[in-house]
Amino acid sequence: MSRHRNVRGYNYDEDFDDDDIYGQSVDDDYCCISPATGGRNGSDYKLDSEVVPKVARMTVSGKKQTMGFDVPSTGENGVAGASVRRGGSPESSAATLPSESTPKRPETPSKGLKGDEPSTVPTPGRSTGKARHTIDIKAELQKRLGGKPLLNLVVIGHVDAGKSTLMGHLLYLLGHVNKRTMHKYEQESKKAGKASFAYAWVLDETGEERDRGVTMDVGMTKFETNSKVVTLMDAPGHKDFIPNMITGAAQADVAVLVVDASRGEFEAGFEAGGQTREHALLVRSLGVTQLAVAVNKMDQVNWQQERFQDITSKLGHFLKQAGFKDCDVFYIPTSGLSGENLVTRSSVTQLTSWYSGLSLLEQIDAFKAPRRSVDKPFRLCVSDVFKDQGSGFCVTGKIEAGYIQTGERTLAMPPNETCTVKGITLHDEALDWAAAGDHVSLTVTGMDIIKINVGCVFCDPKEPIRVCTRFRAQILLFNIEVPITQGFPVLLHYHTVSEPATIRKLVSVLHKSSGEVLKKKPKCLSKGMNAIVEIQTQRPVALELYKDYKELGRFMLRYVGSTIAAGVVTEVK
Amino acid sequence: MKLLHKDIEKDNAGQVTLMPEEAEDMWHTYNLLQVGDSLRASTIRKVQTESATGSVGSSRVRTTLTLSVETIDFDSQACQLRVKGTNLEENQYVKMGAYHTIELELNRKFTLAKKSWDSVVLDRIEQACDATQKADVAAVVMQEGLANLVLVTPAMTLVRAKVEVTIPRKRRGSCTQHEKALERFYEAVMQAILRHINFDVVKCILIASPGFVKDQFISYLFREAVRQDNKILLENRPKFMPVHSSSGHKYSLKEILTDPSVTSRLSDTKAAGEVKALEDFYKMLQHEPDRAFYGVAHVEKAVDALAIDTLLISDKLFRHQDVPTRSRYVRLVDSVRDNGGTVRMFSSLHVSGEQLTQLSGVAAILRFPIADLSEPEDDSSSDED
Repeated sequence: MSRHRNVRGYNYDEDFDDDDIYGQSVDDDYCCISPATGGRNGSDYKLDSEVVPKVARMTVSGKKQTMGFDVPSTGENGVAGASVRRGGSPESSAATLPSESTPKRPETPSKGLKGDEPSTVPTPGRSTGKARHTIDIKAELQKRLGGKPLLNLVVIGHVDAGKSTLMGHLLYLLGHVNKRTMHKYEQESKKAGKASFAYAWVLDETGEERDRGVTMDVGMTKFETNSKVVTLMDAPGHKDFIPNMITGAAQADVAVLVVDASRGEFEAGFEAGGQTREHALLVRSLGVTQLAVAVNKMDQVNWQQERFQDITSKLGHFLKQAGFKDCDVFYIPTSGLSGENLVTRSSVTQLTSWYSGLSLLEQIDAFKAPRRSVDKPFRLCVSDVFKDQGSGFCVTGKIEAGYIQTGERTLAMPPNETCTVKGITLHDEALDWAAAGDHVSLTVTGMDIIKINVGCVFCDPKEPIRVCTRFRAQILLFNIEVPITQGFPVLLHYHTVSEPATIRKLVSVLHKSSGEVLKKKPKCLSKGMNAIVEIQTQRPVALELYKDYKELGRFMLRYVGSTIAAGVVTEVK
Repeated sequence: MKLLHKDIEKDNAGQVTLMPEEAEDMWHTYNLLQVGDSLRASTIRKVQTESATGSVGSSRVRTTLTLSVETIDFDSQACQLRVKGTNLEENQYVKMGAYHTIELELNRKFTLAKKSWDSVVLDRIEQACDATQKADVAAVVMQEGLANLVLVTPAMTLVRAKVEVTIPRKRRGSCTQHEKALERFYEAVMQAILRHINFDVVKCILIASPGFVKDQFISYLFREAVRQDNKILLENRPKFMPVHSSSGHKYSLKEILTDPSVTSRLSDTKAAGEVKALEDFYKMLQHEPDRAFYGVAHVEKAVDALAIDTLLISDKLFRHQDVPTRSRYVRLVDSVRDNGGTVRMFSSLHVSGEQLTQLSGVAAILRFPIADLSEPEDDSSSDED
């Protein structure tokens, strides 16, 4: 008798389809919601809500938790099973549920599930496989996009323009820094003799940065606007720290360029040796198209309109030359120290008399989030390696393409070793998955920490990234003094990697706009030229071609503290 | 190096007796030796002795051998020169034609005999025996997580130690990992300094970095020195000099050697002179490209036109080439000298020499512009990598 009884694959849901209340308390089904959530979702009870506790949801939709892990329910059965098993944060599992509970809700009463059952019965065997996870992520991402998209913002500008203060004040006004901490910073900065740096201390946390009053490394944090979740990267402005700034800017989607409006300061930053130009060129070469220019310290010039317009026109001209479209650049007068025009529209009459545009926060909100290539194979560029508690170690980086889940195996190149991802953290919250565009921290096991350093790329084991020492690239030269010859030693900045390299061969010079070959095997390259060269690095670097991955194909060349060229990888040898 | 005896005849054959005194002299000797020369020096040979009873014993005997040079090996890190060849002269322990490897030792004279002594080689002997310009500078180029400890002598740049550590970046809320890792990094660099730098010989120790790493490191160094009561460091405190550089990689050495504060402090070292010459070449290449040439073919054409003002040539080209190639380069050098131009020999161990080698090893600044040469020449010279 029991031979033809499908015990293992038995779908117990059939038994409960009739809203059978034997063995289930009515309370469980309908009233297991806290008053707060119930009040919010009263009418929408049938439709999804991310806040409803997982347990109630499960019983309502007819699946008993006690059935074990692989209980199939309907078409997206695996999702539910997965959430039960992983026990991830309520946020993610609650998020998974709505995606499958929505179709289920109307079906439960009508017993439409039965129709789906035959097709889903074989899935239990596969439910542990990747197929289930794929659906998981895509659906997840849809859900999340329906919410607030993630935006990576980098703050750049000349040294002492007020980047850290501006952002620190913004965070304070948004409530991410509580009053006591702010008060503590004020006291301590006054004691250290740097009273005006109180807001900057929110982002500059190392002792040395505070002592000297400079940002040395990119400070990372997050905040939310009305329609976006923003990962903020505060870049250093000093010439010496540009390599660190490049790492931050390479991960960004949009940028805020901060300029100092005070007399003389703007000019100092804008001339040839200043960082205003270099930073703007760098972010443009790294693929950022949208830019907000915060004309800071306007309170020092008494919010004068002519000064603002003077700066705007000069910058506008330069940014257009750099390649930014006029429609993608926005100018906002602000004051980081006093907090005017940051979060809310300013009330200073001197300003409102002639400026009626958006405040800085509103402008950040208005940026368009870029499309993420979730379909491409997984790529994560490591920007930091450290040992956290527990076994294994943590790597931080931005996912450039694809997605990742806990438990998956990834391959690290160039060490060419596989490891397992034990945990994922996004903005101090543990997650089970993450997709392209997220700046996450992965806890990995199965590999020696020595082998990984900043600049490695974690990728999909089935489609690994290429590693080479020699590659061909098309570069655009900036204003350089020294002409580039064969054997020229440069510093290659590719995402988070910075490697010394030499220009092995000058293959040809191309016409700036048409791209046709002007001269083969030139003797040397001078400024403004567009050329194809072969570059050889000292150690192997993991790279992708530009045509495969737009984000991963760009790099910069620097020499003696200034950027000489930006390029894209065309061929790997 | 001490020149003890020189005996060169009219047809340029002859012999020279030298005594190397320091490690750098080994480098000079390496550049002097050619395959086919004969080298006479004192060395140790393992000899098999057979006693009357038939038992074989081996003993090490010190003897003077004359070899015909076949292979030359130079270890730049240890500055050891080993020469292998066949025995030319009768010797009580070694048969004629038997192979032997001589390891040249400091403070032991050797005699070098060549069939032809050209100007380049004679120049080098003079340079090696020159008592002036023996400034030794030690430099530490560093950035966060990377440090190169380099010893710069007139003819060589030796990387004595390289420290590479991954330093975690600061994160929201916790900087302790960053600071602890930095401390460990400084500790490692300090150990390297104590181990590799000979404080008696070195005149100056440059600490170079972008940003504030150098200042932090120097304060760490002396704090530890005081704590550990390290007399050597405390005595040599004035020798440490912070300098700015753009990165922690080896080629940043060029920048610090041309830094004005460094050159004012030290007398003009040869290394700095070479860097300056290369800079001049690049400047000329930028402003008047027709007056700056590189590549053997181009430079030869310029030589034929008697146009060369300054010739920059790497000593790698003269080392152990077959005779026709070598004489080609020697001819270049001689003709430039005859026409009143200056020849700067770049040591291939220096950073500037490495860059020149990448640039084909020979470059020239001309007196007057010569129109750019035809393409076919171009292809052949840039194809070799």
